Amino acid sequence: MEQTGQPHNVSIENLDVFIEANHILKNINLTIPEKSITCIIGPSGCGKSTLLRTLNRMHDETPEVRISGKVTVDGQNIYAPRVDVINVRKKMGLLAQRPCPLPMSVFDNVAYGLRIHGMRNRKDINQRVVQYLQYVGLWDEIQGRVKSSAARLSVGQQQRLCLARGLAIEPEYILGDEATSSLDPISTKKIEELFLKLKEKYTIILVTHTLRQARRIADYLIFMYMGEIVEAAPAEQFFNNPRCQLTVDYLSGSFS
Amino acid sequence: MRLDLKKKEERFFIVLMIISALLIMSFLGFILGTILYKGLPALNLDMITKLPGGGFYLGKEGGVLNAIAGSLMITVGSVIISAVFSVPLVMYINFYLRKGSFFSNAIRFSFDILFGVPSIVYGAFGFALMVYLGLKASLLGGIISVSLLIMPVMMRSFDEVAKLLPHNLPEALLSLGSTKYEMIKVLLRQLMPALITAVLLSVGRGIGDAATVLFTSGYTDNIPTALGQPAATLPLSIFFQLGSPVEEVQNRAYASAVILTVIILVLSFISRYFSAKYSKNKI
Repeated sequence: MEQTGQPHNVSIENLDVFIEANHILKNINLTIPEKSITCIIGPSGCGKSTLLRTLNRMHDETPEVRISGKVTVDGQNIYAPRVDVINVRKKMGLLAQRPCPLPMSVFDNVAYGLRIHGMRNRKDINQRVVQYLQYVGLWDEIQGRVKSSAARLSVGQQQRLCLARGLAIEPEYILGDEATSSLDPISTKKIEELFLKLKEKYTIILVTHTLRQARRIADYLIFMYMGEIVEAAPAEQFFNNPRCQLTVDYLSGSFS
Repeated sequence: MRLDLKKKEERFFIVLMIISALLIMSFLGFILGTILYKGLPALNLDMITKLPGGGFYLGKEGGVLNAIAGSLMITVGSVIISAVFSVPLVMYINFYLRKGSFFSNAIRFSFDILFGVPSIVYGAFGFALMVYLGLKASLLGGIISVSLLIMPVMMRSFDEVAKLLPHNLPEALLSLGSTKYEMIKVLLRQLMPALITAVLLSVGRGIGDAATVLFTSGYTDNIPTALGQPAATLPLSIFFQLGSPVEEVQNRAYASAVILTVIILVLSFISRYFSAKYSKNKI
């Protein structure tokens, strides 16, 4: 990416990922600009989600996955030995494809992350929970029901709750793995608006399946195909003046 | 013609399903009917509030409080022991061991076998163990043997549900920066109703089993006050009373069976209540 003058907080060097014998990601080199929305697009099975999950070391939980290369976040290689994976994950908030509320009340869902990261003072927790529920626009919608089960919320509300839960522990990056694909258009719009608001403070990296969404919100695009990066460019250049034929074909809908 | 056959086929299976359903319900009806018909006339307050008096087994005064107390003590003790081992084991094979790894398969295979071992074998094993340790037939012996009997039941039914846990829940917790132990604490909330069901199933198996306690807990007309004392149990109490030639005593056996059934019924209502309570926040 030819962005000058911006400090690059996430950079990936010579990253290879294998799942058993399959070479899923092939020699990935990337720099992701801060305080902007980067969308990773590409056809199913191209390795978008796998790439995203290397950024918060989610693959640690699947022993079949082998990773080589460097992922540097704020100057630190997160795959270096003795890196605390919990700090990595706290820093890189992940929003999953399908919202997954925790089996507890709405309030406790947001408070959970705060508690496990050591916040004890009730007043502080309370204030932070309210703040983030307001931030994602849930507070007014569900007011008075914060003590009821999170499972009772609609799917769109649940996804915003998950976002609030992730934001409450104050990550520095937001990773979204097709975070709106299970939502209706109105909920999708709300989440997208949130992302646009959030990019002032956070670096956002989204995997998305819908080109239209990428057009609506992306500042930078990464187009992947068969485990490789085909093209990575600022949104305007990517959509109006793509360099690779494969990108042109993908944008025109020849394959998806 | 073909269509006609298809409809007949469908109707045949519907009839078969209805017959099976009715059959299974009538079994339950017959069993309950028999013990109620024979037991209810012999059931009175004395049965559940009094110890067997002298000559109880010849038809004189008394009740089976000794057996009720013994059964409850043995069951509670063994449920606690089994839960202490089952919960960590199920968490270990589901959330620490790799899916389909040799070790987790080996563990599941072992408790599948243990699940099928007849209760008299546990009784015999418990007895051998006690002889080796120099213990007499006692409350402790009964608790140990019944724990062995119900542990596989508890592990297996708990494991079945733990396996079905939505995989994105552990992931959501880890991505918030939970350690695995913190993750498991939350997963247990989700699994609480399943754990209660597992406990209930194992209670049902444990409280009604006669063969395990036959050699290991002994029998007494008193309520045990220490782990080393023998303990009576309801199944054995029913067995001894049924073996009596006196008709009145035989009827009391059925009354004892009613008591045993009512205990299980009450326990299952209690567990349903708690199960529903803990399901409140379930996703």
